Parts: sequence; structure tokens; C-alpha cells
Amino acid sequence: MDNITSTIQVVPLNHYILLSAIIFSIGVIGVLIRRNAIIIFMCVELMLNAVNLLLVAFSAYSGDASGQVFVFFVMALAAAEVAVGLAIIVMVYRNTSSIDINVLNRLKW
Amino acid sequence: MNSLIVISILAIVVLYLGLYKAKNALLPVTIIGLIGALVLAIMEWNSGATAIFSGMMLFDNFAVAFSGLTIVSTILILLLSKTYFDKISSNVAEYYTIILFALTGIIVMVSYHNLTMLFVGLEIMSVSLYILAGIKKRDFASNEAALKYFLMGAFSTGFLLFGIALIYGSSHSFDLSVIAQYVIDRPTGIDPMFYVGIALMMVGMCFKIGAAPFHFWTPDVYEGSPTLITAFMSTVVKTAGFAAFLRLFAICFAPLAEFWMPALLIITVITLFVGNITALYQTNFKRMLAFSSISHAGYMLFAIVALGTTSVNAVFVYASAYSLASIIAFAVLIMVKEQTGGENFDNFNGLGKRNPFLAFVLTVAMLSLAGIPLTAGFVGKFFMFSTALQQYHIWLIILAIVNAIIGIFYYFKVIVAMYFKDAERKELSTSGYYTFVLGVSAVFSILLGVYPSIITDLF
Repeated sequence: MDNITSTIQVVPLNHYILLSAIIFSIGVIGVLIRRNAIIIFMCVELMLNAVNLLLVAFSAYSGDASGQVFVFFVMALAAAEVAVGLAIIVMVYRNTSSIDINVLNRLKW
Repeated sequence: MNSLIVISILAIVVLYLGLYKAKNALLPVTIIGLIGALVLAIMEWNSGATAIFSGMMLFDNFAVAFSGLTIVSTILILLLSKTYFDKISSNVAEYYTIILFALTGIIVMVSYHNLTMLFVGLEIMSVSLYILAGIKKRDFASNEAALKYFLMGAFSTGFLLFGIALIYGSSHSFDLSVIAQYVIDRPTGIDPMFYVGIALMMVGMCFKIGAAPFHFWTPDVYEGSPTLITAFMSTVVKTAGFAAFLRLFAICFAPLAEFWMPALLIITVITLFVGNITALYQTNFKRMLAFSSISHAGYMLFAIVALGTTSVNAVFVYASAYSLASIIAFAVLIMVKEQTGGENFDNFNGLGKRNPFLAFVLTVAMLSLAGIPLTAGFVGKFFMFSTALQQYHIWLIILAIVNAIIGIFYYFKVIVAMYFKDAERKELSTSGYYTFVLGVSAVFSILLGVYPSIITDLF
């Protein structure tokens, strides 16, 4: 465990923060510009994984394990979300034969 | 704490009742279980709670009051489900179970004392709601609502989590009291990361409560979901969102108010105007209620903008008044839609003659939502405005009063339709459960308006 922590600390903390911020932004931009429900979904996962990376880096740097435990919670709940989300996408596909979110425009003001 | 355990077990028991085809037992068992949970929650009032499970949760009076409010609202909404779910599918046990699981998440959300629990509670609630929004599997609107809610919900969770990660990075803890201590210990020189964390968490929470400019999913999701689920979302879930928001900012970030308050002030003003002005143009009653829920989110944000000792009380009173009135409005909408097949204002024409009781309780609800004196809504607005006035937000109050006047206009549209427009339709009869729920909600809406001291002296 000490070995992993010291390995993580070889790279300065700022680099981890920057990398996570970049991955997170890629996820956000993907959600905003892509029209395919599955790809939007993958971008959301990208956002969550950027958070996981950041939490692990902070945890290793501050010598506090609770950040890594939080990552497990994020992973477990992201898995639950994937299960429900894919089921919803399958349900939509059965009714519309499409997963393009532009099809979803029946409800408009 | 005990109420959380009871509701979790109750959800599983209800699932087993469904397995053994005990369909008629579902509703009674759920209601009795929830009443038990309510009693257990109230028994913890003023018991001098300390944080349990290594500081994960804290059942203080705040948690007890909001647990009580959400459980009561859930009971009222479930009483309306007697015949509603049967029309959607024959496997109704799952719906009760999922609603109960959502309620478990909500109780975690109002009693957390660690950001981990905030996240876990929020996700338990949200994942349950994604399913509930889509329970009409063949209905296109319901599908669309489920998918939109899911994508937007997951997106906003990402923001919330990034905020939590940054706050953890600077304060090295998820515990609310440690974070609060971190803020107090450093009057100057808090890590800039911490400020970014606050901003991102604010964005995440504003998504969840449907405040503008993060409100765009709300009308579609509320309109597309089955009406009973919309009632649940716009009352119980909204209350829980505000409780979680308020708890976080009141405990942790209060000393940094000059950083986040201006941003939240702008969000509040935009929310009020977007909600009220768009609601004016709606012809669909359900969609109007969705926009009105956005504007009420704006009023409730007052308590967080003017964070102080009276904030908790103000949010509690406002949320109670708003929940009661919304439950009435959605219950009447379910009945009117059953008879006429539509949700537009025209479908309410002549309701005053067809069923005077329904028309009367809906009038009470609309007056309460508009904030007319002698209804609970007025007391709620009064508390919100006086909270804001304590911190001298004069302009905010003036803008809010302008918005309240706009609000009266669209709430009265339905009253006018009911009493002054005629339509050739059959008599509309109300079933026992509906009469009970509508009666209780209307009586409490008036009672709280006349004797506000019943709940205003709680905190």
C-alpha cells in the first residue's frame, strides 16, 4: 500500500487535478454536443471517472483512506445507474427504433 | 434512525407481498408501515441526537421535521394510488417498493452528516425516480421523461461529485463538522479549490431542485411522467432537495456567504421570472404546475440566500404549504383526466357544477399556491419574505412581490375555468380515498393559514 501511495506521489498533485479537470470537461462537452443516448451516457461515465481519479489522488496525498472508500461508493452507485439507464434506453429503443435524443421532442413548450 | 430501518424493511416486505400475490394487502401494509415510521421519527424529536455510524448521520430536529413532512406527503400520495397503478400494469408491488426506496434515500438525504451519505441518499432517490418516471412502458411521453430525467440527473450528479472531490481535496474530510471547522479556522487563505468545490456543488444541487438556469428538464419530466409520480416528484423530492441544500450550506458554508450569496441571488431572481412568466403561456394544467414548481423553488431559495436562524423554519413552513397544495392539485388533475381524457385548462370547465367539492378544494389549493391570506401558502411566503428582509434584500422582495402578482394571474385561470365556463359533461364522483386525501389536505391548508403557530414555533 505504501508502495502505491509513493508511486502516486511521484507525479505532482497539480497534474492530477489538471488531468481530472480536462477529462471532466471532455465529459461535459460530450454530454452537451452529442446526440446519441449511449454516447451521452458514456460521457457521463467519463465525468464520474474523472472524479474517481481526483479522489484517489487527493486520498494518496493526504494519507486519508476515506477518499478511496468514497470511490467505491461512486463505482457501486454508477453501476446501479448503468443498469437502470440501459434499461431505459432499451425501452425507448423498442418504442422508437432509435436512440437519437432528437427523436425525443414530443414534449415541448 | 429507526424510521429509516423500518422503511427499508417495509420496502422488502412489500416486494414479497407482490411475490405471493397478496395484492389487496399492499396498500394497507405500506400505509401502516409508514405511519409506524412516522411515529418512530417523531419520538426522536428533541432527544439530543449525536452523530451516529462514525459521524455519518445525525438525526437532529431538522432531520426529524423533514423526515416527518416527507413521510406524511408520501402517505397522502400513496392513498391516491389505490386504483391508479392498476391501470398501468398488473405488477403493482414494485411501484410501492420503488416509492419506498426513494423515500429511504430521501430520509438519508435530510439526515446526512457526511458528504458520502449525501451522495448515497441522493443516488438512491434519483435511481428510484428514473424508474418511476418510466413506468408507463408503452407511453411515449413517459419514455421520454424517463430518459431525459436519467441523462440530466446523471449529468448533475457528476457536477455534485466533482464539487465533493474538490472540497475533500482542500479540507481532507467528508465530515460536515470537520469541513465547517476548516472554514472557521481560516478566515483568510482558504484553498481556491474549495471555492470551486462550493460552486460546483451549488450547480449540482440547483439541478436537483430545478432552479433556473438548470431547470430545463423539469417541465418535460413533470409533464411526461405519470401524474401520481409527478405529484411525488414535485412535493416530496423537492422538499428533500431543499432540505439537503439547506443543511449543507447552513452547516458548512455559512461563513463564506459573501462568495456564494451573489450567485445564488441571481439564480433566485432568474428562477422566479422564468418560472412565472413561462407558466403564464401554458394551456396544459400539468405543465403549468411544473413551471409553478420552478417558481416555488425560487421562493424557497430565499431561505438559503438569506441564510440565518429562521431559514430552517421558513423552508419547513413553505415546503409544508406547497406540498399540501400540490397534492390537492395533482389529485384533482388525476380525476379530471380520468373523466375528460385531457389535462388542459378547458378540461376543468364547469367543474364547479359537476363536482362542487373538487372545485372547492382545488380553489383552496390554487389560493394557497398563489399566497392569498388565510391559506398556508401565505404563511409560507410571509416567512420567506421576512427571512430575506432580516438581511435587507429589499430589491429581492420587490421582485418577488411582482412575481407573486404574476402568479395569481395563472392560478386564477383554472378557478375561472371551473366556475365561470360551462361544458356539457357528466357528473364527476369522487372515491373515498380521494375525498379523504383532498379533505385532509384542504383542511390543513386552511388551518395552517389561520393558526400558523402550529408549525412555525417548531425550531
